[in-house]
Amino acid sequence: MISLLWLIPVLPLTGFLLLAFFGGRLSRWQIASVGCGSVGTAAVTTAIVAADFFRTFPDQESYHQTLWNWIDTSGMTVGISWYLDALSLLMVAVITGVGFLIHVYSAEYMAHDDGYARFFAYMNLFVSAMLTLVLADNLLLLYLGWEGVGLCSYLLIGFWYREPEYGTAAQKAFIVTRIGDTAFAIGLFILFTQFASLSIQQVQSRAVEAWPVGSNLAMIVAVLFLIGAVGKSAQLPLQVWLPDAMAGPTPVSALIHAATMVTAGVYLIARMHHLFALAPMVQEVIAVLGLVTLLLAASSAVVQTDIKRVLAYSTMSQIGYMFLALGVGAWSAALFHFLTHSCFKALLFLAAGSVIHSLHHEQDIFKMGGLRRHLPWTFWTFLIGAAAMSGVPLITSGFYSKDWILWSVWSSPISHRWIWFGALFGAMLTGLYSFRLIFRVFFGEVRTQPAGEPGLAMRGPLVVLAFLALTVGFLEMPHTLGNVTVFSDYLSHALPTTELLPGIDESSEAREQLAVTVAALLGIGLAALLFLPGSLFTSRWADQSTDHPSMTLLQGGWGFDRLYDRLFVRPWFTLTRYPHDMLDRGYEWLAVCGKSCHGWMSYTQTGHVRWYAATIAVGTLMLLGLFAM
Amino acid sequence: MGLWLLILIPILAAPFAWMGQQWSHHAPRWIAIGALAVDCLLALLLGSRDHAVQASGHGAWLVESHIGWIPRWGISLHLGLDGLSFILIILTAFIGVVAILASWTEIQSRIGLFHCHVLLALGGVIGVFLAIDLFLFFFFWELMLVPMYLLIVIWGHAQRRHASFKFFLFTQAGSLVLLVAIVALALLHQQATGHPSFDYADLMELTLGSEMARWLMLAFLIGFLVKLPAPPFHTWLPDTYTEAPTGATIILAGILAKTGAYGLLRFTIPLFPEAMSDFTPIVMGLGVVGILYAAVLACAQTDIKRLVAYSSISHMGFILLGAFAGTELALQGVVMQMVAHGLSTGGLFLLAGALEERYQTREMGQMGGLWSVTPRLATMALFFACASLGLPGMANFVGEFLVLFGSYATQPIMIILVSFGMVMAAIYSLGMMQRTFFGRQQDTRSVPDLSNVAFGTVLLIAVLQIWLGLYPKAVLSTTQPVMEQLVRAAGALPTLSHAPTESLWSSHIVALQGDTP
Repeated sequence: MISLLWLIPVLPLTGFLLLAFFGGRLSRWQIASVGCGSVGTAAVTTAIVAADFFRTFPDQESYHQTLWNWIDTSGMTVGISWYLDALSLLMVAVITGVGFLIHVYSAEYMAHDDGYARFFAYMNLFVSAMLTLVLADNLLLLYLGWEGVGLCSYLLIGFWYREPEYGTAAQKAFIVTRIGDTAFAIGLFILFTQFASLSIQQVQSRAVEAWPVGSNLAMIVAVLFLIGAVGKSAQLPLQVWLPDAMAGPTPVSALIHAATMVTAGVYLIARMHHLFALAPMVQEVIAVLGLVTLLLAASSAVVQTDIKRVLAYSTMSQIGYMFLALGVGAWSAALFHFLTHSCFKALLFLAAGSVIHSLHHEQDIFKMGGLRRHLPWTFWTFLIGAAAMSGVPLITSGFYSKDWILWSVWSSPISHRWIWFGALFGAMLTGLYSFRLIFRVFFGEVRTQPAGEPGLAMRGPLVVLAFLALTVGFLEMPHTLGNVTVFSDYLSHALPTTELLPGIDESSEAREQLAVTVAALLGIGLAALLFLPGSLFTSRWADQSTDHPSMTLLQGGWGFDRLYDRLFVRPWFTLTRYPHDMLDRGYEWLAVCGKSCHGWMSYTQTGHVRWYAATIAVGTLMLLGLFAM
Repeated sequence: MGLWLLILIPILAAPFAWMGQQWSHHAPRWIAIGALAVDCLLALLLGSRDHAVQASGHGAWLVESHIGWIPRWGISLHLGLDGLSFILIILTAFIGVVAILASWTEIQSRIGLFHCHVLLALGGVIGVFLAIDLFLFFFFWELMLVPMYLLIVIWGHAQRRHASFKFFLFTQAGSLVLLVAIVALALLHQQATGHPSFDYADLMELTLGSEMARWLMLAFLIGFLVKLPAPPFHTWLPDTYTEAPTGATIILAGILAKTGAYGLLRFTIPLFPEAMSDFTPIVMGLGVVGILYAAVLACAQTDIKRLVAYSSISHMGFILLGAFAGTELALQGVVMQMVAHGLSTGGLFLLAGALEERYQTREMGQMGGLWSVTPRLATMALFFACASLGLPGMANFVGEFLVLFGSYATQPIMIILVSFGMVMAAIYSLGMMQRTFFGRQQDTRSVPDLSNVAFGTVLLIAVLQIWLGLYPKAVLSTTQPVMEQLVRAAGALPTLSHAPTESLWSSHIVALQGDTP
């Protein structure tokens, strides 16, 4: 049954083709069935494949399937081949599972949109491309998925194409990530020239043999791959596209810009961990980038007024945690945070979508309030999501994953203490911005009258995701609490286990956990103090519309947009202002010369015989003079 | 004889197409399509007859036809078909059919004459791909030019006289340089052996003094670069492509540009390998400049056809880059890029022409928001914009990436520069989509969507794009023996002999490709 693996990416692709060709002729019900059905069957197929995979699992760690040779010429052999191991199975499960829930949710959320078939077609294409990305056995096929998800992201951000700003946001997303993709592609060129192969496993085993740790080429390739990863995952310095990407419909933000595509960079680095292990300096860079991104994004999230932009910055920040984990070599912790994050962040986006839906597309949190009673389902699920994101101890999944990351940072031999303190401060900010949303949107007086709770198709996914956001954390619990290691045991077959500093004991782990707990609760408490209506400081902070420059700086994501505008965008527009080809000027000049020569010559054609006779005489004399000399 | 039929079928069908106008409007179109279809089938028949016997070594062809013509000057009617010309002939016939289908509604005056010229031009192109006697080659080279000129000057748009004149002058100047070099080669052969010869195989064996070889090589290079086109000889192209009728633009971009590339691969590189090797970095540099310069200009255009024209120049830069990279992989990429470029620009120009036909303007500022007005047109434009920006899974991606993979071994810095072209390609392709199909609607006239004929045509091209993008073997395995041979012929290139070192950019793939047996 494991040979059904190829069906997993093909099923959503079929859905896409059906919708693309016959979408216009299908009823809304049929469109939704095709759209959700294709992803749903992919999820079922994943379950079947997984069941078969686990029968032989620890003995046989991976499964390989080649459909056909994509390119096979002149020393280059690249197949359309799939590679299933613990890591890719985890990714596939999340993509198809969470993807299916989001599709179901969209069936109701998008119900009144003109582009219903188009929406589901793009979404299915996205799922297919994303599955190709994570199942690819070689880097070129991975690149196909990588570009494919970028295209779908572009199409879905600009889904409401009549708004020019949305189109700008879509183009921005594509072009910024393309810069990263280009670096990634150059990395592929180097790897292929070095090792004459693009297979992920082969390239890495050859690299380990050929390159010593810290060799120049390993560093260069690792840096190029990292640039690709930060572009896709919206990390510094290519993070500017993600907040604008919220122009797309909310389910798109949930699926692409929270749960799956933006974590492709994390997947890439985890997948290429042998390569990154050869470049320890690059790993440190990853950790620092992750830390800086998580702090910048978290501080921006605290002051955003658009509910989706808060979540967008929070996504950047949470992926920053994953990068931090990757940087300190805690591969499994990064993937665990990916798992929990995709559950609670998809949940948060969908719940936010439910709020937006019932408020007639109002996204400003200052125009919301008091929705707790009107939208109980949405409130409770949103609350669970926010609690998981802030890492409320013991009961939420976010606690276990974030704690694991912070513990790894604390105890890793690669890391520094100040990184841990930074990440801890980030945890505090997470609690602050998560519960700021809760208190703003669901407490206080009603500012915009809601239309009522969403229907079953939207509520169902919310409940399932809320359940997952609470429970997936129990897959991995620290020594001090239960000591469950299901997740790390499972992933240890694909990723190396985390190295710990010698001499670390349980008591220091408990102390570290206490610090994390306190930080999260402190953030939540601070949020209650500042934003809970009726509390002490609320009156002062209620109206955040101050024009203080520091506020503007934070709201604009630390001014990166303006910086890039000055550095790149404006020079580019200056360069491309004139559509004229400079090289053509030369030829035009030649033509003008020819024309004027012709003009001068024609002056001699006067029609006066005397003039002709004179020129003939002069000419003859000159010739004779020449001969005489 | 079969090879002669390949050339003669379109040429002989041409007068019938002209006369067909008397019978009905559609008769010339059907005659032309029929002739090209028969030609295509014949080519498939000839090409597939014995693939296995693809011999190696020079002068070995799949099918060859040799008839004496003017023995005193060493001119003969010598045709040869190999994998490369086979692929290009199929492409010619296919793009020819596309061009005719694209002109289905656009051409309403002198229909017979139009299709007569199309067939004559295509006959000339097929001759160019088959002739291996240089005199005969030049004959066909000129034969395709005249009907092309007439197509532009009779059926073109407002500025057609200026454009067609520019086109003729540029290409004719290039041809002149080429002619001088061809005659010089024949005379040099006479000096060496006592009798002149224009035959490819004879000229291959000629040893030239390095100074003379360099000048002749330059002439062969310039003659083909004008056609390709590469900067600084490209400026005829945007004017010509925009002013020509859609059908002629498709032929120009899809096929005529490929004759330049074909000339480089067939003649310039094998005839002057030593002289070429000094110039390789310069020519590849021209390719890089072409890719980036044209991409920047494409971003600056407001006229949709000029945008596509500059993007077309940009993509042709990959061909120049790969052709001189000296690795088999890059050459295979070149072939793929030739086919892919023919398909993608053919599709894009068809769509741009359809827009122009509907709105009587090419200014993108006056369009916008057409997605809901002409959904078929918009969807297909999106598809080809993706192909043009090099989305994996499409034929363009395979072509470009094979060139890049193959050339990185010899010119890493250039490839890194070229990679920025990928970002620019995204900027102009998406910019085109945004300004025409997305955003607010500027022109609220209701216009018809793509007709079934046109939609079917672009859909067919799209399917071919995907097919070749996911299964490029169909093309690559046909041309692999030819490219192997070419690499061996150009084997004297010094870049191939440089040994693998520990340096950053070198690699063992270079050595690996160098000593393939």
